[in-house]
Amino acid sequence: MTPGLLEAPPERGPVTHRPNGPVPPPPPPTGGGDGPEREPWPRRPALDNLRLAVLFLIGSESMFFAALIAGLFVLRLGQPLWPPPFQPRLPVGVTGVNTLVLLASSVTMVGAVRALVRGEENLLVKRLVAAAGLGALFLVVQGYEWARLIGYGLTVSGGAYGATFYTLIGAHAAHVFGALVWLGATLVLASRGRFRHGRTAPVKACAMFWHFVVGLWPILYVAVYLL
Amino acid sequence: MSATGATAHAHVGHAGHHELGFIRTYIFSTDHKMIARQFLFMGLFMMIIGGLLALVVRWELAWPETAVPGLSMILTETGGILEPSQYNMAFTMHATIMIFFVIMPILAGAFGNFCIPLMIGARDMAFPVLNMLSFWVGALAGVLMLAGFFVPGGHAAAGWTSYAPLSAVPEYTGVKWGQNLWCISLFVLGISSMMGAINYITTIINMRAPGMKLFRMPLVIWSLFITAILLLLALPVLTSGVAMLLFDRTLGTSWFKPSGGGEPLLWQHLFWYFGHPEVYILILPAMGIASEILPVFCRKPIFGYHAMAFSMIAIAFLSWVVYGHHMFVSGMSPALGMAFTVTTMIIAVPSAIKTFNWLGTLWGARIRFTVPMLNALAFVSMFVIGGLSGIFMASTPVDIYIQDTYFIVAHIHYVVFGGSIFGAFAAIYYWFPKMFGRMTNTVLGHLHFWPTFVFFNLTFFPMHIIGVGGQMRRIYNPMQYEFLQHQQHWNVFITVSAFCLGLGQIPFVVNFFWSLFAGKKAPLNPWNSNTLEWTAPSPPPHLNWGPTLPMVYRGPYEYSSPESRDDWLPQTAPPVTAAGARRH
Repeated sequence: MTPGLLEAPPERGPVTHRPNGPVPPPPPPTGGGDGPEREPWPRRPALDNLRLAVLFLIGSESMFFAALIAGLFVLRLGQPLWPPPFQPRLPVGVTGVNTLVLLASSVTMVGAVRALVRGEENLLVKRLVAAAGLGALFLVVQGYEWARLIGYGLTVSGGAYGATFYTLIGAHAAHVFGALVWLGATLVLASRGRFRHGRTAPVKACAMFWHFVVGLWPILYVAVYLL
Repeated sequence: MSATGATAHAHVGHAGHHELGFIRTYIFSTDHKMIARQFLFMGLFMMIIGGLLALVVRWELAWPETAVPGLSMILTETGGILEPSQYNMAFTMHATIMIFFVIMPILAGAFGNFCIPLMIGARDMAFPVLNMLSFWVGALAGVLMLAGFFVPGGHAAAGWTSYAPLSAVPEYTGVKWGQNLWCISLFVLGISSMMGAINYITTIINMRAPGMKLFRMPLVIWSLFITAILLLLALPVLTSGVAMLLFDRTLGTSWFKPSGGGEPLLWQHLFWYFGHPEVYILILPAMGIASEILPVFCRKPIFGYHAMAFSMIAIAFLSWVVYGHHMFVSGMSPALGMAFTVTTMIIAVPSAIKTFNWLGTLWGARIRFTVPMLNALAFVSMFVIGGLSGIFMASTPVDIYIQDTYFIVAHIHYVVFGGSIFGAFAAIYYWFPKMFGRMTNTVLGHLHFWPTFVFFNLTFFPMHIIGVGGQMRRIYNPMQYEFLQHQQHWNVFITVSAFCLGLGQIPFVVNFFWSLFAGKKAPLNPWNSNTLEWTAPSPPPHLNWGPTLPMVYRGPYEYSSPESRDDWLPQTAPPVTAAGARRH
């Protein structure tokens, strides 16, 4: 018979008991790997494919933003004064409130996943709508502040201050927008009742990425606005 | 796993009912084996372009400012004579194409996609559609990169490292859209490789067959796993770097332009923070391939399986803390340079562990000198030379003398051609029977290997000599420098060898396409190998195995085991019972 195309797990051999216990294990293999033991069996992975993948996506995105933040610090340490003189100041207060809005969306997302686990579908949809609404509000306020800053003369080509601000905050806004699209798709599927019968991984994966883009924002707020 | 297993079984049940159309089978396929073939063809096609660019560069260095044969049709106004800006474009694109569009697609793309599900006993990748997207986004990056040749102003000409501010200000090189396309293409490639890496890691962690424990995985899977982690974490740094560079060039930001308060050195930091893990992305899969092929043709277990896996992990970890050795002459503090020298030297330890383990595997073996084995042996020996020349440049005092000379060019080609490309050839010859269901021609294989091996050394070894003699990288005309004129005969010698090396690839192309259509039908397991891919039909059908997945009872390298009458013991062979008979 062809090795490998086993039809079924082979049955165990006759166990010849000894006074001191079961038969000693067969000699260890010579070619690497750990020794043969009980019949192989499909493992239950600790985390389903989707959430594992989102975890690695978050790792990759973290490196992307780490490079941007490192760039910001390198540039600002090379400047005698930061923020540079004769440049508009960033709206720390409004953005601080906006930070709270985004953090609140993460809280509602936690509630949404809790509702999902409990099987309360209406509550899930409501909380997803609330999270998406808060996220959208954050983006709108950010866009409004951007428009005002451009009006005050903070431009992307006017020097390191504007360049770093627009690149970092723009990269984050793009991620919030992407997460919002993902959340919208999840919301549509949830309202159609696609996450019943324990099929919870897609919502949880979406929530993981949402928490990532939310959790990233306070770091950027401190690095770009406050420091 | 149980849920995925159940769906896979359901798919198997339906597999006979519907035939996928031409487009779903050959173009927008979600089958990992087809995607692997697509990556392979993309890489081989780009290799022709990258190789021809290298020959153009070589011609210019041997016979400066003479007409390059065949180029008079393209460069009509100069009659085939390369201008300095075009020379810059040629070496920039040679490196960019070879690194990003040849070695990465072939080693990580093609063999990653082909080997991972087949060798861990999975029916497909964890996310087949994402896998398809990864290829097509990568192909889009390739098209964007090639499009740069056709835009006014020519392609990127600031070297594959694209050091700022040379690359950040269009006026410096005179290249406008070429460099922009270079940035966009690498940005898109970053997205593609992120999708691929996430898929590889998730598949290896979650989709292994019953019994395939982490330390029963073939070493090539270990190497691809570690490569995928490096891809996942290193490429985003380049992605943000090229985004900044693109913004500097198009939106007028000043990340890398001192005039606006930017910092040119920041580019070098971002680039090499990515760049050093990148060289391990290029070499680790080849190391895995060699570790896979040596035991098969030595008929011996790999020497030190665990040491092999852990040394790859150590190399991957150390690759994050050595990148400063690319920047010794950038005005770095000598104390920091010393630290980078030390960390770089430490990499020699896991690399030496691997080398000695390969030698231990070869020791006392009755070696079968097949074509894949010859290529794997070439990998080991050339990697040793490339690794040893790397130690010279790890040492700051030596590096200050040899940096930016042809010694560096010799080193990079010994590890990337001598290492990665020989690894890729070994993998192509080794897995061709499984990939395409036909054997390659052995005579043509030898006709390819021996000229490649000989002319590779004749091409790249003298570069050490002219490098120590002072010849700089990226110069248009060595004859302009009086102190280089006495070694111009070496440049002629290298160029003649390089053209012979190029001609030496013709048997490979012939062999590849002839075997593809007219090769001998491949049996199930032509090399008597232990690993799981050889238990699937050649070529494996959609979903790889019949209704049941293979079960894994042992490690991958149990050759000449006392447990077996044959000199091989597949991973699927059940353990010997106390009575001494193997039970089937």
